[in-house]
Amino acid sequence: MSLLSVDELQVTYQTQGGPVPAVRGVAFELARGEVLGLAGESGCGKSTIAGAILRLLPKGTDVSGRVLLDDQNVLELKPGKLRAVRWTEASIVFQGAMHALNPVQRIGDQIAEPIILHGQAGEREALVRAGSLLEQVGLPARRLRDYPHELSGGQRQRVMIAMALACSPRLIIADEPTTALDVMVQAQVLRLLKELQRELGLAMIFITHDLSVLVETCDRLAVMYAGRIIEEGAADTVFRQPAHPYTRALSAAFPEIGDARFRMHPAGLPGDPPYPADLPSGCTFHPRCPDAFGPCSTVDPPLFDVSPGRRAACLLLDAGRASLRAAARTDDHADDDLPAEGQG
Amino acid sequence: MEVRDLHVSFTGRLGLGAGLVGKKAAVARAVDGVSLSLQKGEVLALAGESGCGKTTAARAIMGLERPHRGEILYEDEPIWKDLRAYRRKVQMVFQDPTGALNPRETVYESVAEGLRIHRVPGDERTQVAKALSSAGMRPPERFFLNYPHELSGGQRQRVVIAGALVLEPHMIVADEPVSNLDASVRGEILALLMDLRRRLGLTILIVTHDLGLAWMVADRVAVMYLGRVVEIGPAEDVLVHPKHPYTKALLDVVPEVGGGGRPILKGEPPDPTRIPAGCRFHPRCPVVASGRAERLGILGRCTGEDLGLEQKAPGHQVACYLTELGEEP
Repeated sequence: MSLLSVDELQVTYQTQGGPVPAVRGVAFELARGEVLGLAGESGCGKSTIAGAILRLLPKGTDVSGRVLLDDQNVLELKPGKLRAVRWTEASIVFQGAMHALNPVQRIGDQIAEPIILHGQAGEREALVRAGSLLEQVGLPARRLRDYPHELSGGQRQRVMIAMALACSPRLIIADEPTTALDVMVQAQVLRLLKELQRELGLAMIFITHDLSVLVETCDRLAVMYAGRIIEEGAADTVFRQPAHPYTRALSAAFPEIGDARFRMHPAGLPGDPPYPADLPSGCTFHPRCPDAFGPCSTVDPPLFDVSPGRRAACLLLDAGRASLRAAARTDDHADDDLPAEGQG
Repeated sequence: MEVRDLHVSFTGRLGLGAGLVGKKAAVARAVDGVSLSLQKGEVLALAGESGCGKTTAARAIMGLERPHRGEILYEDEPIWKDLRAYRRKVQMVFQDPTGALNPRETVYESVAEGLRIHRVPGDERTQVAKALSSAGMRPPERFFLNYPHELSGGQRQRVVIAGALVLEPHMIVADEPVSNLDASVRGEILALLMDLRRRLGLTILIVTHDLGLAWMVADRVAVMYLGRVVEIGPAEDVLVHPKHPYTKALLDVVPEVGGGGRPILKGEPPDPTRIPAGCRFHPRCPVVASGRAERLGILGRCTGEDLGLEQKAPGHQVACYLTELGEEP
């Protein structure tokens, strides 16, 4: 049974320029202790999903669908119950953590705050717990007394993680937790997250544009584009044998050093990821897609099964579906996940 | 281009009281003895983490920072002799295309600016069109009256590049040219730089923290740590068979399928006001930490004797005591 079950999630921001559909029908499941990666670039809706799960989006935003956290639909909870869920069942490590800390409050107090607010302990005990949380994230407990500016970027990120753990949630949503960190510090923070996840049996949703990071930390991967999931499956399979042309282009941006195929061969996509307020017709990726053909500009493909546990929203896969299914039955190899060339 | 023993330092500011009691301001040795050379038409990546001095070195090469020691020679002439003439030949492409472009100037104005500053003769319109076209904005006239906010991130970066190309430079210094762009767009801009090198014979110095980028486009890579180059050589050598423990550590942590099991350096690089004695990397060096340096008999030198780049193989230099012993990190 899943810890988190998201179904038909739609989020539309109300802006001065009119409604902006940021998430247009997203569904996924997350089991206890599982790590799901949510990959995508600007405007794809991944950060919005993080906000939607805990109802942290601006007032007036239209959210529909179901977000079942342990069988409770978060979207329908009354304020009191919602507060109980936030931080104690699921918490978020925000993007740009270095700037999320209160600059005039000692970090110990900031970590203790949610513990006190959620009635889990009194002031003194909360501080003790904050100290042990700091140690858990690899910082000495005495740094409770420091102010954020006395810490480096990597250390501040660790403090954000400590805060997210403060009330012992079962799910942590990490939104770009290592962007803007140096590669070495990033490795330290990723390792920390992995260790904590294993030790505490946490479920995690890891949100980032950096596919290579997801491949190293996640069990499963969902790639988002223009408010929808366009590919999902086991992390290394999606990365190594992408079924969707967009995933293929995205993973080409993260070359394997030492692989001659990536040497002197940079290739990218023309244009930019689309603005949610101005989406192309049919398959939203078609204007930038190297493999687009006839129906792509009018038909918006649903997610097709590529193999068990693996889906992608591309008409090329539908056209070749029959032959792919036959191949999958006779041979277990993951290579068969590649769309058949010349089909359709 | 030849850079010899470059030193660029920054002096911190003192609070009111500190100056009165004779405290000395901390001196940050951002670039602490860097030497390198660039051949015409080559692409050199200057790589390292933040604080290693790569941007300061690039700015010094552009004549934007005054070194307090060392020389920068372009075609055998010190750049300071005629900085204006030098700046026509070597142009910079900055990191953030949105920040680099004046939001109130049209594309045309942004690109023409360089021509006006240097009072370049000739038909301005033709030159601007040529530069935009070279940068992949075609037909160029269509973009003349656009403002930056009307363009995509990739297009903005192309305008910045056009602004650099309009003076028909021989060399471009690009500081993190794609890190502010969406991942799927980066390849386009990198492909453009490669194309410019091919077509126009440009020499390119790319400053980047991203070793994957270096693998994609660089002929040679120079890895910097705390103000020094610790390893320099052909990309295939430095990135695949690194000879310096720091380079190896950086490569070990590049995320990849099945990765994550390799050693990660502890802590962060010390700040440039407190450079360690001996080999500046020794406090974090895995070879020292594991005791191997001691077993090999070099520990004393690692902790006590500063060292420069030594030749490891033709074109490949490393600043590490392991090299003399023929050992690998």
